[in-house]
Amino acid sequence: MVGPVQRSVRLISAYAACAAAIGLAAGIGWMREPRQYRTDPAVSHDLENFRLMKNGIGGAPPDVYFALGKPYETTAYDLSQGKRLYSWFGCAACHGTGEGGKGPSFIDGWWLYGPSMVSIVASIRDGRPHGMPAFRDRMTTDEIGQLAGYIKALGAYAATNSAPSRNDDKHSRPAENRAPAAALFEQGPVPMHPDQGPSP
Amino acid sequence: MQSAWDAQGHSAEVLKHLMLGIIGVCTLIWLLVVLMLFAALVKRRGQAPLQGEHAERKTRLVVYLSVAVTTIIVAGLTLASFFATRDLVVGRDMDLTVRIKGQQWWWQVTYEGSSFGPRFQTANELHIPVGRNVRLELESIDVIHSFWVPSLAGKQDMIPGRMNVLTLRAERPGVYRGQCAEFCGLQHSHMALMVVAQDDDQYRRWAQAQALDAAVPDDTEVQAGRAVFMRKPCAACHTVRGTEAQGSSGPDLTHVGGRRTIAAGLLETTRGSLAAWTADPQTLKPGTNMPIVPLTSEELQQVSAYMETLK
Repeated sequence: MVGPVQRSVRLISAYAACAAAIGLAAGIGWMREPRQYRTDPAVSHDLENFRLMKNGIGGAPPDVYFALGKPYETTAYDLSQGKRLYSWFGCAACHGTGEGGKGPSFIDGWWLYGPSMVSIVASIRDGRPHGMPAFRDRMTTDEIGQLAGYIKALGAYAATNSAPSRNDDKHSRPAENRAPAAALFEQGPVPMHPDQGPSP
Repeated sequence: MQSAWDAQGHSAEVLKHLMLGIIGVCTLIWLLVVLMLFAALVKRRGQAPLQGEHAERKTRLVVYLSVAVTTIIVAGLTLASFFATRDLVVGRDMDLTVRIKGQQWWWQVTYEGSSFGPRFQTANELHIPVGRNVRLELESIDVIHSFWVPSLAGKQDMIPGRMNVLTLRAERPGVYRGQCAEFCGLQHSHMALMVVAQDDDQYRRWAQAQALDAAVPDDTEVQAGRAVFMRKPCAACHTVRGTEAQGSSGPDLTHVGGRRTIAAGLLETTRGSLAAWTADPQTLKPGTNMPIVPLTSEELQQVSAYMETLK
């Protein structure tokens, strides 16, 4: 037999469990990465000041980039926008879905100009020798950042929690957030051009 | 605002009659049920209930009758619905074919060449000749959208990777508002479309004008605006036919100044709204794929002047 005391204890613990579940859901909702649709023009202007090393490889992003918490590399919304821009601006024509083609691969584990955000931004913005066009006049600073963040994610060696939207069409490689470069690592970079980038 | 009760096209009229029929029948049944219930409630008690052979027979008759009537009514409504749906495909001869691609959050409209006019592309505004069968080929490039102009036809989904077909036939001239009817993301509510039904002559004139390249500006401010447009990222996403702007990811702007609204029904087309939209699309339509392109106030003036002249 269940006594009245036991019954009320059960009732109270059931209520407590419900409240805890609702609290947990609210907490997760609260912790959700807020989406930033509108980059303040002043911030955007400051984000242009990526300082690139003389040799065109690596450098330092502006302080505001760190103050914002490296937005382009960590927020799923920016990664998704980057993925959209990847198709909008025809990157696939030379780089495929990341495996390369006329242009270098992003997922063979090699970077001709290093894996830093600054190098990738500079490659998109200013172009690179032997075929990479400059997108300075075709994309805004924000868009270049989003695209660079996406490409960095493609070539990452470690899986992350932030993922862009999934493909609708057939998958030709592991999803972006599952570090395709770690699985598809090549022993040496696929040679693109004799004067291009460092060789191992 | 759009309403399915304001039927101005063949399909919409068929659907309106079906809705009226079903609502009428159901209302009648509901009234009868309520009336019976009321009669049972007010009936005086005290009489002994019927019993025996006679009562059995009476109950059985009532059950038989109500099952029969229910079957007839449901079958009737099903048949009415079947014939109405079959009637939605108006005629087999199509006078005009238009391909509409839904995307976040606007409509790309491509007219196929026909006896009614040449082939050209526009956005967010669909002109159709009154009394003609227009075949709409509906597609999507990102997520599922739904094409819905309640005054002209029922909804039809636009699904990535496949093509759905819908026939529009406007019976009377007018401007009918359409709206995306499948939740498609942040700006789903600001994904509207205007359908302008006009007579054959007006339609032909409109189509001829749309197929032309953009006007060449003679005003210096407008010329400066054009130069800014070509130099800045605008030209990478938008097409202005007759210039080097050949981008295809944003709406075709060749005749943007002649459209009733901008940004898929968000604002009426005026120079002011064009400037406001260019200056800060992310405040007017947060999340839209049009970025804030940094322009000086002078450049903004020039670009808005240019956009306004693209009639």
